[in-house]
Amino acid sequence: MSINDWFKQRESRRYTVSAGATADGLPDGVWRKCPDCGKTLYQGEVVKSLSVCPHCGHHFELIARDRILALVDDGTFAETDAGLCSLDPLRFTACKPYAGALEKAQETTGLAEAAIIGRASIDGRPVVIGALDFRFIGASMGSVVGEKITRAFEIALAERRGVVLVVASGGARMQEGMLSLMQMAKTAAAAERLAKAGLPYVSVLVDPTYGGVTASFAVLADVIFAEPGALIGFAGPRLVEQTIRRSLPKGFQSAVSLVEHGMIDGVVSRSELRERIGTVLGYLLPDDATTAGGAV
Amino acid sequence: MARFVMEFERPLVELEEKLDEISRLDAAALPELAAEIADLERQVEQLRQTLYSALSPWEKVQVSRHPQRPKADDYLEAIFTDVVELRGDRAYADDQAILTALATLGGHRVMLLAHRKGRNTKENVARNFGSPHPEGFRKAERAMRLAARFGLPVVTLLDTAGASPGLEDEERGQAWAIAQCLATLSDLPVPVVVVGIGEGGSGGALAIGFGDRLIMLENAYYSVISPEMCAVILFKDAQKAPETASALTLTAEDLVRLGIADEIVPEPLGGAHRDPAVVMAEVAVRVEVALDALRAEDPGTRTARRYERLRAIGVFSTGA
Ligand SMILES: [Zn+2]
Repeated sequence: MSINDWFKQRESRRYTVSAGATADGLPDGVWRKCPDCGKTLYQGEVVKSLSVCPHCGHHFELIARDRILALVDDGTFAETDAGLCSLDPLRFTACKPYAGALEKAQETTGLAEAAIIGRASIDGRPVVIGALDFRFIGASMGSVVGEKITRAFEIALAERRGVVLVVASGGARMQEGMLSLMQMAKTAAAAERLAKAGLPYVSVLVDPTYGGVTASFAVLADVIFAEPGALIGFAGPRLVEQTIRRSLPKGFQSAVSLVEHGMIDGVVSRSELRERIGTVLGYLLPDDATTAGGAV
Repeated sequence: MARFVMEFERPLVELEEKLDEISRLDAAALPELAAEIADLERQVEQLRQTLYSALSPWEKVQVSRHPQRPKADDYLEAIFTDVVELRGDRAYADDQAILTALATLGGHRVMLLAHRKGRNTKENVARNFGSPHPEGFRKAERAMRLAARFGLPVVTLLDTAGASPGLEDEERGQAWAIAQCLATLSDLPVPVVVVGIGEGGSGGALAIGFGDRLIMLENAYYSVISPEMCAVILFKDAQKAPETASALTLTAEDLVRLGIADEIVPEPLGGAHRDPAVVMAEVAVRVEVALDALRAEDPGTRTARRYERLRAIGVFSTGA
């Protein structure tokens, strides 16, 4: 199925991106250059194709809410815990005060924090879905991101739903110090409980996913997909380069190389993601969850 | 062994050396110096007190990295008996940066997991300076599952600058290996007692670094990122590490204040390397006391409480 076919199909289901059609935060009327093929694209056209370059398939960044809306059955997404906000518990002021950075991120993104979670259905199957928004302090994981991801697993566990998370992150949020590091253990513990209950968790790793987020809930999924062109790892490429004191091979930490090394289940283009996740859930979500589901 | 001098100790060491030099003179032949020597001795003692009794976070980080600080192998020899080392991850290799062993501590047979820094250059090279590869974490995870099957409590000793950030570490799934340790550790049906004995560097420490009790040595640290790397990211200048060390809440006291650590084992003035035997003996006592209490509990209650401990960590507003 081509992107255009897919889009037509979605159109017929009245799929719309969120208000203002700013799928990656850009105004509709601007022109932009594709970093891969160099073609000049009209932003309106980019948005219509799920922010994928119609010429070469380059995947532009998407805001978290649109990532969610692109994956769930129309009109089924109901956000929860939207009010959770980061404080500045350590009064972190080294270099740039954290409180100010939070305020600025909230202003520019219109989000309370980097994570959005909520209930939805995918092909009628009940899930808790979440996404991280890289524009919000690099979608780094502090107390709120850790809490929301944990709650996503806990809601799914309590209501027997699957979990789908679209992950992008620079890693742990150092401005929350040890509170931030411990979110890795907290989210991993919640993911483990879901796994023990026999409920499925699918993660989609998008560009870029690094550090303490990769090394916790992101890769504990039963099935892991990545978007084309995504860079995924624990240590950032510059640190690795400094460590080994030579240049990195081409494609290092790319989604394709992760498939080759056996770390993820596949590279799936944005246009095929919804269908692929739906199919996986069809196999993995237990019957009792499926029959109880549909309701959001 | 030559004495290793930490940056902040230098003024004291210079004074100590001066005193040392003078006291080597024939004091009886130079009675006029006796008063001066006594005065110098008082100065040294005073400086020692002021210098070591209120270490800054950055100074504590330096103490935690002191090359003569007691390491996993020292604890192994000093407080554990009947040790059977378990080696290898059964998939790729035996990573010597992680020690896994069946061991006995007083009245407890346990599974010991530890970061393993070397005690000399040769050992350090073989052990990648205590920074584990993915196979090290997979070995640790294998040991956790073994402990669970046979009902052995897990005792871990943290002492790593962090997980190894090399090319092959990435290719072999460093993040995957750490994440699996976190998941397994979170739900282990046996008691888990963690002791921060030196460095607690980020995810590489956390992989074996949480459980039912966290005991921190006074000068051990535990941090989301190394102060130097944090300084490079924020200030593009590693020299700002003293500032970031203060900001990162990485000391034992910080951890207790944040509800992450349970207790602090005091160290002799100047650090654990000044009297390793005393420190290690105290660690043994604390771990045994923790194990006595934890083993008396119902396993289901214990793992539920471990989850609640983690669950409670985080500070935020609900926006209400
Ligand atoms: Zn293009």
